[in-house]
Amino acid sequence: MEKRVVFRSAWLPYLLVAPQLAITIVFFFWPASQAVWYSFQLQDAFGLRTQFVGLQNFYTLFKDPNYLASFRTTAIFSVAVAGIGITLSLLLAVMADRVVRGAVVYKTLLIWPYAVAAAVAGVLYAFMFAPSIGIVTFWLKGFGIHWNWVIDGDQAMLLVIMAAVWNQISYNFLFFLAGLQSIPKSLIEAAAIDGAGPSRRFWTIVFPLLSPTAFFLLVVNVVYAFFGTFGIIDAITQGGPAQSTQILVYKVYHDGVKAADLGGSSAQSVILMAIVIALTVVQFRFIERKVQY
Amino acid sequence: MLRKILPAALVAACAAGLSPSAIAQTEIQWWHSMGGALGEALNELATKFNESQKEYKVVPSYKGSYPESMTAAIAAFRAGQAPHILQVFEVGTATMMAAKGAVKPVYQLMKEQGEPFDPKAYLPVVTGYYSDLQGNMLSLPFNSSTALLYIDRNKFRAAKIPPVPPKTWKELIAVAEKLKAAGQDCVYTSGWPSWVHIENFSAWHNLPIGTKQNGMGGLDAVFTFNSPTHVKHIQMLADMAKRGLFTYAGRTNQADAKFQSGECAMATISAGALGGTIKAGKTDWQLSFLPYHDDVPGAPQNSIIGGASLWVMSGRKPEEYKGVARFFAFLSRPEVQMEWHIKTGYVPITQAAYELTKKSGFYDKNPGRDTAVLQLTHKPPTENSKGLRFGNFVQGRTIIEEELEAAFAGKKSAKAALDDAVRRGNELLRQFEAANR
Repeated sequence: MEKRVVFRSAWLPYLLVAPQLAITIVFFFWPASQAVWYSFQLQDAFGLRTQFVGLQNFYTLFKDPNYLASFRTTAIFSVAVAGIGITLSLLLAVMADRVVRGAVVYKTLLIWPYAVAAAVAGVLYAFMFAPSIGIVTFWLKGFGIHWNWVIDGDQAMLLVIMAAVWNQISYNFLFFLAGLQSIPKSLIEAAAIDGAGPSRRFWTIVFPLLSPTAFFLLVVNVVYAFFGTFGIIDAITQGGPAQSTQILVYKVYHDGVKAADLGGSSAQSVILMAIVIALTVVQFRFIERKVQY
Repeated sequence: MLRKILPAALVAACAAGLSPSAIAQTEIQWWHSMGGALGEALNELATKFNESQKEYKVVPSYKGSYPESMTAAIAAFRAGQAPHILQVFEVGTATMMAAKGAVKPVYQLMKEQGEPFDPKAYLPVVTGYYSDLQGNMLSLPFNSSTALLYIDRNKFRAAKIPPVPPKTWKELIAVAEKLKAAGQDCVYTSGWPSWVHIENFSAWHNLPIGTKQNGMGGLDAVFTFNSPTHVKHIQMLADMAKRGLFTYAGRTNQADAKFQSGECAMATISAGALGGTIKAGKTDWQLSFLPYHDDVPGAPQNSIIGGASLWVMSGRKPEEYKGVARFFAFLSRPEVQMEWHIKTGYVPITQAAYELTKKSGFYDKNPGRDTAVLQLTHKPPTENSKGLRFGNFVQGRTIIEEELEAAFAGKKSAKAALDDAVRRGNELLRQFEAANR
């Protein structure tokens, strides 16, 4: 059943993809290869002295227990952000899909947070939860909860996860809603007539039909948690306290941009790149098999 | 089409280039990190200089925070577009000093251009921070501050304690306990944990932060701030945190707001926070010296500076350097420095500026404004208290702060935290040594 378009001309297809290829090469492959090249070097900040040091930068990183701890932090953070983000937005999408009156208002409100830039979202949460002046901190105090994420690592982690999930929910929500609306009503009605309850209808009909969307969102959310949340971390915790929210990408930024350690920072980017490539391959090879298109 | 546009564009470009000011004046680019009111005061300095003569025009540009403008300048240097003057914060000093070929030492510039320049005019703690071992000043000190103890006398009175700043840490704890008992929630807080509780703490108690005169004597220095006295101090703070006597605020100046808003009764923060404290007007503030441990011999010594200095980047034309030297001579004038000191709250960095401010009666009208100078010059600086110079110290400070946070949160003992900070810091020092061999 596959449809194939065959070009007669030998060069036309290449010409048509050339702009996209050019952008990919200039903005992705070239910087990535630069990062790989720098990762084998030791440079002073101004680039006056450059030495080739082979795998020294990588060796230094893996010898550092704090760098290894950063992997754990990243794993916890990413699983939480992707997991909570997808689950919550699926729930919201299913709810919003059932609403009849005022549906547009609900949907618009749920899509809103997507217009907020990550850094702004970070600042908003930092203000609401500020240890001494935040409004939420004030409420929590009423419940006898001592809220000070400036020193409490677990609270800091909770806060950045909340902000990251909040910022990403709209995106997931949109896709789930579109997915839900493309499911033929007749299928669900037929199941209802056969006596399937709402939860049964969801798990046996709706959810399998949503699986391509869910899979797509899983890939996007993992990439988001790895890279896109940088702005939130930078605006709220800057990796602290005591490295408890130091995800890999934040350390790349800190060492490279703030501390001008290009070699070490590039080595970290190369590692990060390898992880994301590996994760994406795993997702496509193993999880995609379970997806029904 | 292009043929028609091009000449027109050329004419326009020439017209723009030929405006009268551009022919006559040599532009001097000055990249800095002074935002808000500080930025206004800085712009005023440039305007005054520009009005004082016709040959040169200093153009200040705000490039974001200290690390941001340093990164911007490094990128610009790599692209051959470095500014003439760059404001670099104190922790970037070692990086700039090691970048021979990227910077033009200030003493050399002033000698070449025949402008008067006397390193001895500066306060010894200031000179020491920015000079090499031969006593040559490599950058021009610009904005300097130090850490001080601020107390809110209203809180003291409310707790029926005499409103006098505690002199020692023992006294501070005693006061803190009373304030806490009287219902004060945030008793004591601190900004800049590494700068206040490791760097200034060491100088104030005449203890080395690292070997080789705190790194000034060579790139092969190692950190030594895990001595028993350091451990005792950090453990004391951790215990205070546990008892609610010390509220941790964050790694930079977050504690300023906590004190200024009247939330905390005492704070060890930068002398530069005074302007904001006065503006907020919510406290009956008093400044005093940092507390010390009275069982440490020689304490209190003198504290060290924080802030930034001006570096001259290399690779510019000689006539432009002439302008830079003239501008630096202008900045070194006592009346210019006095104005900067009064407007910003930074320390007067030359003896002459301090004397001039004193003579003007400013300190009589504004008691406490000279506390920072007095603390910086409390005793002639020793090898341990004239400053520090460690490579990769941007990362080094982050490491210290991470480990201090672990200690304050009770996740690690003070000893373990400081040992780890020293070990991790030393790895950075070795890396810097290797990169700058």
